[in-house]
Amino acid sequence: MNTAASTEAAVASAPSPLIELSAVTKTYGQGQAAFLALRGVDFAIEEGEFVAVMGPSGSGKSTVMNILGCLDTPSSGAYVFRGVHVERLSRNQRALLRRHYLGFVFQGFNLLGRTSALENVELPLLYRGMPAAGRHAAARAALKAVGLEGWEGHGPAELSGGQQQRVAIARAIVTHPAILLADEPTGNLDTHTSREIMDLLTTLNREQGITVLMVTHEADMAAYARRILRFVDGRVESDHRNGEGG
Amino acid sequence: MLWNALLLSLREIRRNLMRSFLTTLGVVIGVSAVITMVTLGNGATRSVQDQIASMGSNLLMVRPGQRFGPPEGAPNFKLADAQAIREQSSAARAVAPVASKSVTAVHMAKNWSTSTTGSTNAYFDAGNWRLADGRTFTEAEERAGKAVCVVGETVRRELFGSQNPVGDQIRIKQFACEVIGLLASKGQSAMGRDQDDTIVMPIATVQRRLTGNQDVNMLMVGVAEGMSADKAKQDITLLMRERRRIGDGENDNFMVMDTRQIAEALTGTTRVMTMLLGAVAAVSLLVGGIGIMNIMLVSVTERTREIGIRLAIGALEREVLLQFLIEAVVLASLGGLVGIALATAASIVLAQAMQVPYLFNPGINLLSFLFSAAIGVIFGYFPARRAARLDPIEALRHE
Repeated sequence: MNTAASTEAAVASAPSPLIELSAVTKTYGQGQAAFLALRGVDFAIEEGEFVAVMGPSGSGKSTVMNILGCLDTPSSGAYVFRGVHVERLSRNQRALLRRHYLGFVFQGFNLLGRTSALENVELPLLYRGMPAAGRHAAARAALKAVGLEGWEGHGPAELSGGQQQRVAIARAIVTHPAILLADEPTGNLDTHTSREIMDLLTTLNREQGITVLMVTHEADMAAYARRILRFVDGRVESDHRNGEGG
Repeated sequence: MLWNALLLSLREIRRNLMRSFLTTLGVVIGVSAVITMVTLGNGATRSVQDQIASMGSNLLMVRPGQRFGPPEGAPNFKLADAQAIREQSSAARAVAPVASKSVTAVHMAKNWSTSTTGSTNAYFDAGNWRLADGRTFTEAEERAGKAVCVVGETVRRELFGSQNPVGDQIRIKQFACEVIGLLASKGQSAMGRDQDDTIVMPIATVQRRLTGNQDVNMLMVGVAEGMSADKAKQDITLLMRERRRIGDGENDNFMVMDTRQIAEALTGTTRVMTMLLGAVAAVSLLVGGIGIMNIMLVSVTERTREIGIRLAIGALEREVLLQFLIEAVVLASLGGLVGIALATAASIVLAQAMQVPYLFNPGINLLSFLFSAAIGVIFGYFPARRAARLDPIEALRHE
């Protein structure tokens, strides 16, 4: 676990901003069939921000999300996470970075089936090697934070979509990540539930200081964010902050 | 990390109990087949060994002719031959001349077809017989050819029921014969003959009253303690060639058989059978392993999304590998344990049905268990590696 320790130390001692992308491109395929998903993206995210990424499908917003989530690497350019060049990290080092600093919320919830809410939330802690007692306590606290106290023993099949997404959010925040990456978190939910989820994310951002980056194509949902990045054709078309007008 | 992976695997197994059970069924059957076959085979070997030991260990049988069956013109032995061996071979402990004849024995209203063996007291010694009751022959009875007999357990059961025959009389042909002793039961011989179906009389009695000649059909020689059977065999062969006037270039017209040789031949056969059955069962164990691999591969595909979640959460490649590998090993080992339990039950029941002793063999149990765990490693590795190398983005997108 030497790599873990060194990655951790390097990341922790680095200065702000939290995330910095410079001239990031991403090409899928080769030769004639090559497809340029990102054509030079530059932006930075500070700690504590609530950013929405918008854009039509094919604009590269999912690609940038995958790169930010360390699930994918840029074809060229630099992705600096707290001073660490992620594009230079190995697959394992990126996995450790995800484990210690990132939290994911997906459109399809992606909970483990036939597994209780508590066990789902415990999963990331299990990979961190936390002892059982601490794990249970932390998972319960996270479920309480998303308003699911008393639902610990229920499996995904017994929970509504909104509740499932809350469990997923609890799973993402149980590790106290540096940033919460949410990919269309309300895409599978009705308007009312969507608002509840957005309120929850806003609360977590404001009260716990969790940096949130959310991909969405719904303007209603993006309105909750304090900053909106609009992608078109693999580039950042606009970057504006709510309340600044526009 | 290992403990963590074990925890994750156990959770996974518990989450899919039915699938886990079906996955491991092949190993359960394979392990129980191997253990049952080997255990029963060992039991059969032991039972053959026991039967041979009951014939008398270190026993030589000298028969006229060069093969089993009728002697084909080779002359029978004489009483003097037995005496000559006793006097001239230091390796011979007990030498019993044997003349036998099939008869029908009668007691009250019951009759029973059996065979009478005419011999001396040395017969009981060489043949490893013990008396359950009564006595053996006196010297006077042997010399005079008195009508006395020692009967086997089967004869007693058939003629006397539950009564004690000692002191009673049985009728054989035209003469009555006093029962002076009862032999302790020895059961079946290695060849499947009932050794207890016998009546033993002084050889003079059989020769005079039943066969009507002075022939000795067989000589039984017990080898003395500490002497080698080969030495005794050599002595007897030389002596008999001389006494039967066989020239230098001629073949023996008799043969000397060693119970130890018979024992080796028979136990060798059962051992080969055991190995053969064990090997066939081992193939089924291998098939069980392939079954685990198949299900694990299917399981990797089915759980692609779950693997994606784990990878996204920050699971390392080797953690996913270890999780699937441990899952396979735990499944296979559990299969092994269940197989051992099943085999123990099956062996006990089948051993009873086949009338062979049940011998618990720790070696084969341990070996089968370790082998099933090894199968988990070998056949679990490929699916596990496949799971570990999945691209998290692709895996998360998998429906």
